[in-house]
Amino acid sequence: MNTSHFFVTGDPMIYGADVSIVLVTIAIIFYLSYFKKWGWLWREWITTVDHKRIGIMYLLASLLMLFRGGVDAILMRLQLAVPNSHFLASEHYNEIFTTHGTIMILFMAMPFMFALFNMVVPLQIGARDVAYPFLNAVSFWLFFIGAMLFNISFVIGGSASAGWLSYPPLSESQFSPGPGQNFWIWGIQISGIGSLATGINFIVTILKMRTPSMRLRDMPLFTWSVLSSSIAILGAFPILTVSLVMLTIDRLFGGHFFTMDGGGNPMMWVNLIWMWGHPEVYIVVLPAFGVFSEVVANFSKKRIFGYGSMVFSMIAISVVSYFTWVHHFFTMGAGADVNIVFAICTMIIAIPTGVKIFNWIFTMYRGRITVTQPLLWFYAFVPTFLVGGATGVMLAAAPADYQYHNSYFLIAHFHQVLIGGVVFGYLAGLYYWWPKLFGFKLNERLGKWAFWLWQIGFYVCFMPQYALGFMGMTRRIYTYNATMGWDMGWAPLNFISTVGAFLMGIGFIFQAWQIIYSIKHGERDVTGDAWDGRTLEWSIPSPPPVYNFAILPDVKGRDSWWYQKQEMKNGTYQEQPVKYEPIHMPKNSGIPFIMSGFWFVAGFGFTFEWMWMGVVGLIGVVLTLFARSFQYDTDYYISVEEIERTEKALAQKRYASVQRTAN
Amino acid sequence: MSKGIQFAKFSFLALLGMVLLSGCDNSKYIVLDPKGPVGQQELHLIIISVILCAIVIIPVLAIFVYFAIRYRDKQGNNAPYQPEWDDSKVLEVVWWGIPIVIIAVLGVFTAKTTLALTKPPVKDVKPVVVQVTSMDWKWMFTYPDKKVATVNYAEIPAGVPVQFILTSDAPMNSFWVPQLGGQEYTMPGMSMGLWLQADKTGTYFGSGANFTGKGFAHMQFKVKAVTQDEFNKWADGVKKNSPALTKAGYDKLAKPSLVKELSYSSYPNGLFESIVDKNGGKYYHHMSNMGDSKSMSDMSGMDMKKHDN
Repeated sequence: MNTSHFFVTGDPMIYGADVSIVLVTIAIIFYLSYFKKWGWLWREWITTVDHKRIGIMYLLASLLMLFRGGVDAILMRLQLAVPNSHFLASEHYNEIFTTHGTIMILFMAMPFMFALFNMVVPLQIGARDVAYPFLNAVSFWLFFIGAMLFNISFVIGGSASAGWLSYPPLSESQFSPGPGQNFWIWGIQISGIGSLATGINFIVTILKMRTPSMRLRDMPLFTWSVLSSSIAILGAFPILTVSLVMLTIDRLFGGHFFTMDGGGNPMMWVNLIWMWGHPEVYIVVLPAFGVFSEVVANFSKKRIFGYGSMVFSMIAISVVSYFTWVHHFFTMGAGADVNIVFAICTMIIAIPTGVKIFNWIFTMYRGRITVTQPLLWFYAFVPTFLVGGATGVMLAAAPADYQYHNSYFLIAHFHQVLIGGVVFGYLAGLYYWWPKLFGFKLNERLGKWAFWLWQIGFYVCFMPQYALGFMGMTRRIYTYNATMGWDMGWAPLNFISTVGAFLMGIGFIFQAWQIIYSIKHGERDVTGDAWDGRTLEWSIPSPPPVYNFAILPDVKGRDSWWYQKQEMKNGTYQEQPVKYEPIHMPKNSGIPFIMSGFWFVAGFGFTFEWMWMGVVGLIGVVLTLFARSFQYDTDYYISVEEIERTEKALAQKRYASVQRTAN
Repeated sequence: MSKGIQFAKFSFLALLGMVLLSGCDNSKYIVLDPKGPVGQQELHLIIISVILCAIVIIPVLAIFVYFAIRYRDKQGNNAPYQPEWDDSKVLEVVWWGIPIVIIAVLGVFTAKTTLALTKPPVKDVKPVVVQVTSMDWKWMFTYPDKKVATVNYAEIPAGVPVQFILTSDAPMNSFWVPQLGGQEYTMPGMSMGLWLQADKTGTYFGSGANFTGKGFAHMQFKVKAVTQDEFNKWADGVKKNSPALTKAGYDKLAKPSLVKELSYSSYPNGLFESIVDKNGGKYYHHMSNMGDSKSMSDMSGMDMKKHDN
């Protein structure tokens, strides 16, 4: 293979990307060397097994991917803003929408969700760590390496262009030759293994690592949402893994699973990928429901309404989510009976979801609501998700779906539920738990600017797309001619939609600015309880010490920190005598990072169909696994003296600040 | 969030709803402006689903806005505060109950319409069969009764049920003529039926709806609905004036390319069947409905029927 095929050439935007990648890399290397940070980076971050740091790394990576996916979105909207645009060529546009979808779901939403899992769950259940800290690090690095492998495709080898779910036969080698589609397969495959491991990790963490006094029915709803989401991961991700392996066999080894010649069947892929893909959207939205449950209760200063039916509805969603996948292809011509069953199952999902919205609203009833940044995003969520949910029910009516399918109506619907539900939810979570992880709040004023830009941008961008769907505009077209644009009414609405996309982009810039600004000027919090919280994570200092809880908390029911504070105020609280014990902690390890490096080598090799390189990478993976299995010195104890020292320092810091504010 | 802003948001949504609804009589919203019984039934279901959803959404939004204002923590707000109130069986029964009833009603309408659409829209008129093949990146229509073929446009008689038989000689696509009715996938190796009908003469916009690569955006076509007489005249005209589609001609046509509207006075015998078979139909005879008269007779129950030959 010569270099002109290896490096993508011919497009000025790609050259721009090349230059900026090189410059950023040089800048990072220079910074790390000049300030002698290599050792720090290795010891404190790359080899860490601390769930809080892993959470922060997930968060950083997903914000980066949100930027990347957002730029892709804006490029697409620019191309469609006017008829007959020559801004992007067809192939380039196809690559961009494939990348946009893949990145937003798998490399933005998933890691953002895992960031929240890692940052919050152990703290909410009074645990010192996740169940498998080493595996947790492996999961992160597998996700990261998978994302990087997928991202370099734009400048090396060429990108996938068959859509984010890559239906065969279009994604088979006959119609998509070259490495692009392989990048898609291997990027997702590697990170998907990490996602499955995270799901397992959090199921075990929640079931086995809770502080001994916490019963299942005392768990905060966010933790419940993580549990139901993880159970769905456990069922869904193996299907993805197997489907990708089958497609790999088709592409690399001449198989016929999904090609009709040879007796395969492309519809088998469509079924398999949606058996993963539909639970997947509930996987990402359930934790957002958990976030809203925490946020609305906290800022209404009230117990969550209908705890039992909240839990039941989440479990119901994660179960019924497995019986809805066919609604993605009602138009495949299956019999009426099949369509009716899946239409009704899909509509049924709306029932528990609707119940949750009622319960949140009635949590506000007879509360005392303070409107903070996290609550703002909940306020934005309610109308957005109600309308998005309604268009979802409209789509579920199978014969009506014959008219919406693959049109802009569908595009508007899923962006409305995914942005309104998932993105708004995760942002609410980000603003809510940020002070816990970092010890300061994010600036309110910049946050409000960002919020309103997002809100207005969102409606300006996606409402016209519902109308475009009714005008017969289908998804994934890279251009439309002037006659259609004006006669059929597509052009003005597309232009408006593009304006909205830009507003959301500016909103994101405000958020980046908000984070950078707040690092220096944000309101510091040393109480550990920035929002006057109700659950356990607010009972320890911010940021928490490496072991989280010096003494495992004693829980007497739901919202136990809230009631403890009440008792403290009334003077009825009985201080337990403090007796520290040595804390058992896992040691850092470089193996997860190194193993992922070998996965990268393997993935890269198979992508270019250099089998020797793929095999070398896989051997490396096996060797690192071996190396780990012979490591016996993997844990250590934090001594009582050190715990005392840390706790004293934290208490002093808190005391000093109380003094400062008192003066 | 202030009262004003909430109100502004709500009125914005309401306004938007009105804009969309007012589009019903605006010919630009072609999905909402059907010209045949299939599209009509689908529009009917769309309207029912909008009304049923609105029954829930509008009150919920109103309650939400009211609570957000009423229970805001500000000075002088003497609304009752009950931090421990977290349960009411009556309320929960109400809001589990209402959505269940609504989904049940919508489910019944959905099931009815789904079943209805598998049958010809009118019973007493002899249907016309049009075979549709999606290719990279064009549409071919073959008329087994008239033995003529067209590319990127179709002619159909108005007032007559048309059984479109769909397949693909390229990646999967979807055949969609919004004003006549909903779409269905065209898939390599399978051939499936879709009933559509135009009640009025006119030219209708059609397009491919499922992405098939580089030239996908250009896969738009026209469906011209004309009177039965004009339809017969048109077919005769094509028979007289257009070139024949040979096997070699077809192979050339099937290669990835963009072409304009074309007509052919004839096409190789069994062309459509051979396209289905070569793409894998030979493995899946049970998934094939070739639109021939033999399988037409028992077509009424389902979209797909065993092809008996």
